[in-house]
Amino acid sequence: MSTLVIAEHDNTNLKPATLNTVAAANVIGGAVHILIAGNACQSVADEAAAVEGVAKVILTDDSAYENQLAESTANLIKSIAADYSHILAPATTFGKNVLPRLSALLDVQQISEITEVVSEDTFKRPIYAGSCIATVKSSDAIKVITVRATAFDPVNASGGSASVESISADGVSDLSSFVNEEIAQSDRPELTAASIVISGGRGMQSGDNFHLLETIADKLGAAVGASRAAVDAGFVPNDYQVGQTGKIVAPDLYIAVGISGAIQHLAGMKDSKVIVAINKDEDAPIFQVADYGLVADLFNALPELAEQL
Amino acid sequence: MKILVPIKRVVDYNVKVRPLGDQSDVDLNNVKMAMNPFCEIAIEEAVRLKEAGIATEVIAVTVGKSDSQEQLRTALALGADRAILVESDSLLEPLAIAKALAKVIEAESPQLVILGKQAIDGDNNQTGQMLAALLNYGQATFASEISIDGDSASVTREIDGGLQTIKVSLPAIITTDLRLNEPRYASLPNIMKAKKKELDVQPIDAMGIDSAPRMELISVELPAARQEGIKVESVEELVGKLKNEAKVIS
Repeated sequence: MSTLVIAEHDNTNLKPATLNTVAAANVIGGAVHILIAGNACQSVADEAAAVEGVAKVILTDDSAYENQLAESTANLIKSIAADYSHILAPATTFGKNVLPRLSALLDVQQISEITEVVSEDTFKRPIYAGSCIATVKSSDAIKVITVRATAFDPVNASGGSASVESISADGVSDLSSFVNEEIAQSDRPELTAASIVISGGRGMQSGDNFHLLETIADKLGAAVGASRAAVDAGFVPNDYQVGQTGKIVAPDLYIAVGISGAIQHLAGMKDSKVIVAINKDEDAPIFQVADYGLVADLFNALPELAEQL
Repeated sequence: MKILVPIKRVVDYNVKVRPLGDQSDVDLNNVKMAMNPFCEIAIEEAVRLKEAGIATEVIAVTVGKSDSQEQLRTALALGADRAILVESDSLLEPLAIAKALAKVIEAESPQLVILGKQAIDGDNNQTGQMLAALLNYGQATFASEISIDGDSASVTREIDGGLQTIKVSLPAIITTDLRLNEPRYASLPNIMKAKKKELDVQPIDAMGIDSAPRMELISVELPAARQEGIKVESVEELVGKLKNEAKVIS
């Protein structure tokens, strides 16, 4: 039994969700290998080789994988899939894009977004936006799995000394091609990796008012998020969205401001260790999951909070 | 060009789903059913491409039980020209659904397939990508903008870091994200007209695919409940609690 973890990276650094995915692989047991498919990405392979608990790094360094598009990446994974009992990727937009394609190429039924490993073939996963948790048992010979990163504590990024084996490109496809990317630049921590997140909802009333959250975020070293309502209203871009269809976060502290608490939003943050809700509607559902609720007008509460931190 | 839109009948998004008493599955007795919200976005996009003169025909397809005809009628009322139900008495997994859809696509030869990125029941987010693999088509998942130019489509995708634009050769599979469009409501005259549109029922057994389940559902339970919290009276009290009680800020 051995597990292949598909690394998420930007050709320079390994993305943190990879470490949580390796943690899930460790629970399954057996040797853990990491595949790095990218372009000019030797530094990522070096980083992966140092990850605790990794036995081998497989590197495919080729311009075909510059943007890790689904068609070529899935074909490449397929070419080495027979060596593994489990193939895991983080349940990020990268993993969600590539892994189901691989799964169909292998004729196996993928298990999406697991939150717990019960045994080598049995897993827990949320369904209905996290309203229920299903335990499922797979009978496929190769288990293809995406992992909800927040459900597994990351392994150490150092302490390992895996060997690096290079393999050549296989099954390169020209069905799709990269045009461009608009990646948000920010000095604040990444939403999914931050230990404190402060999010705004429709109650923020405008994108300009998000500066009230940013001031507090900068004092706390926090990331800024938003509810779907705030993104749909155009206050902030899509990469801010916390929720079932956005990012899943589980920081030490989550502060929800002007967010009513629709189930889609709760699904993305209710595993946070401490939840604070600030809302002027005392009946807002967000208070049902909050450890500390403050019924107040956010336009008074936020400046006061900024002052006291 | 012809556009095929696979859709799914799911529990209405407003329903709070609970496990059955014996935890063998979710309790779907007497709950309101509806078209999956991401599928409504897919239908809307296809209909808009038709209204813009780019598409010539929009075909809605579903793989499911006989009662899924209700959602196909909704799709027809929203502007689809005809509908196909691949009828199955059992609930199928995404891989089996993708195999059935692939058969329909082989028969219909659409230039474009648009479907929701995930259904809000199983939250699997698999069918579109699997379909693309089975047909060896390009895929553009999580679309927030689609433009068709000749024999390819330029698609802007919502990714974790922001937005990514890719070009896919047609025929291709596109899956919809939330901000692709705002679906319209069906008007009463269109609901009446939809009743007369063609709805073809094909038994899944005639498709010659392996639709046997690969997964066994062991149990369904409620997630661990959070401990009840408290209301604080002031910002000062809140900051005090976070520092001294929860110890999450210093």
